[in-house]
Amino acid sequence: MIRDDNPLSRLWRTIVLLIAALFVLNLFALIAAVALNSFATRWLGSWAPSGLTTRWYSSAWDEFQLGDVLLVTFEVVFAVVIISGLIGVTAAYALARREFPGKRAVILLFLAPLVVPPLTYGVPMASLLYRIGLGGTFSGVVLANLVPTIPFVVLVMTPFIEQIDPRIEAAARVFGASTFSLFLRVLAPLLAPGILAALLLALVRTIAMFELTFLTAGPDSQTLVVALYYAVFASGVRAGQSIDAMAVIYMATTLVWLVIALQFVDPTQIVARTRPSAARQ
Amino acid sequence: MTAMRSLGASGSLRLRVAARGLDATTALCLPGVISVFVLFVYPLVYGLIDSMTPKAGRWYANYATFFSDPFLYGTIAATLRLALPVTIVNVILAVPIALRVRLMRRQRLLTTILVLPITLGTVLVAEGLLNYLGPQGWLNRAMMAIGFIAAPVKLTNNYWGVFFSLLITGFPFAFLLTLSQVSGVDPALEQAGATLGAGASARFVRILLPLLASGLAITFCLCFVQAFTVFPSAVLLGQPAGATHVISIAAYQAAFEQYDYSLGSAIALIMGVAQLIVVVTVLAVRARFYRGPTVSAKG
Repeated sequence: MIRDDNPLSRLWRTIVLLIAALFVLNLFALIAAVALNSFATRWLGSWAPSGLTTRWYSSAWDEFQLGDVLLVTFEVVFAVVIISGLIGVTAAYALARREFPGKRAVILLFLAPLVVPPLTYGVPMASLLYRIGLGGTFSGVVLANLVPTIPFVVLVMTPFIEQIDPRIEAAARVFGASTFSLFLRVLAPLLAPGILAALLLALVRTIAMFELTFLTAGPDSQTLVVALYYAVFASGVRAGQSIDAMAVIYMATTLVWLVIALQFVDPTQIVARTRPSAARQ
Repeated sequence: MTAMRSLGASGSLRLRVAARGLDATTALCLPGVISVFVLFVYPLVYGLIDSMTPKAGRWYANYATFFSDPFLYGTIAATLRLALPVTIVNVILAVPIALRVRLMRRQRLLTTILVLPITLGTVLVAEGLLNYLGPQGWLNRAMMAIGFIAAPVKLTNNYWGVFFSLLITGFPFAFLLTLSQVSGVDPALEQAGATLGAGASARFVRILLPLLASGLAITFCLCFVQAFTVFPSAVLLGQPAGATHVISIAAYQAAFEQYDYSLGSAIALIMGVAQLIVVVTVLAVRARFYRGPTVSAKG
């Protein structure tokens, strides 16, 4: 690597690192403020709360019916992840293995929901769901969340399947494997790491997906992030610590899955669809 | 092999179709295509038709309502006033930091930290900023303690609250995208420049920037789309009826507070078109830059 050692570029490097450090500091302070406030007995007009307590957690748990909300959240998220995994991986397999007329159009179709903002299709979709009686229901929320998730799985899985040598499948055929055993004993083990990574990424994204769930959820089909929004929205009614306790529970739920996901994927993959080393366009 | 056995008329048809790439494997993409059609394309078309069948008046009545009411059409300007500066700041900050971080060994720690606000999402960031930026929050206290300001500055429930929330979630997004592009640039290209005596700024302007320009345009577009559709933080941290009455709030209110789905769909589609115009403009400019490999050819 090239090193410029004149004072000016050293100053520049320091400034750049300082800006990054300032950002990280503010980010941590923001998260710490939420966490600390959730344990505060009273926190008004001082640097730190006057005392610490855990009672806000039990009151938030009852007030916001967090048990039910968490259950719904996981039901929604797992339904979305499993359905989009089944549909997305099969579609990715076709796209990776075959050249066919109209393939570009199909890829474009899968790209579109990821580029169009959720609210643009969310509002018409929610009004359609309400018209056919699915608005505010569990299935409505799952259907809405499938829109960005299926294309996401397709686009993550396609390059992964492309790099698996098709001759391995041909060899299995030569040795007389049936389609079923080809899938079970050759494809599944080879695809497992990719599928696991794609599904974990989809899971982390679905837990935090606010807009689509917000537009389609009813009182019984709210996920944690939507319940948190409503709590903050009506923050005059409830104690701030109680809302922050809920925010901490939300953070914990998300972070557990993020930590699991990061065992298998690179952080940049959560935003960019390629690994840094492969990003060569 | 099955096809070999049945070389009849139907078999040869199947063979010919298979030769063009249409066989059972290709059909595996059908469930995906159908679900995107049913769940994405159909609702959009439904929304378009719905927006043209207003509660009263001619087919374009909803669009006429939107563009004749300053409270509604003003949302486009209000959204652009937020989204454009934030996106520009995010991308401009992301480039030097990504270039610096690319040389660091403990990259993964920083990328893990920065992925936090993205995974936590805008609602949590909004709630956190309400405390943190508030008049009694740590930021105001810290700035007063070092004598930077005399009295607390109002940073929540106005434009700046939303601006900062978009910065907190948008900057990591821009940074991680830029980092993955920057890591794709072959260091040999920059070393060649250094060998020929180019200084750091010359290498950036002459080598890195042309190679990154097309990727940065994409980053800009993706960040802009996110900022343009800001919703939770504009409600929670901003002035939803004033300075941060953004277009997504207008669409939501029309559809779910006035129960005028037709107008709501119209505004949602106007939102899609407005951000599309910006994206297409940026991509049109991008087409004028170099788009090719960012690695040098090896033997």
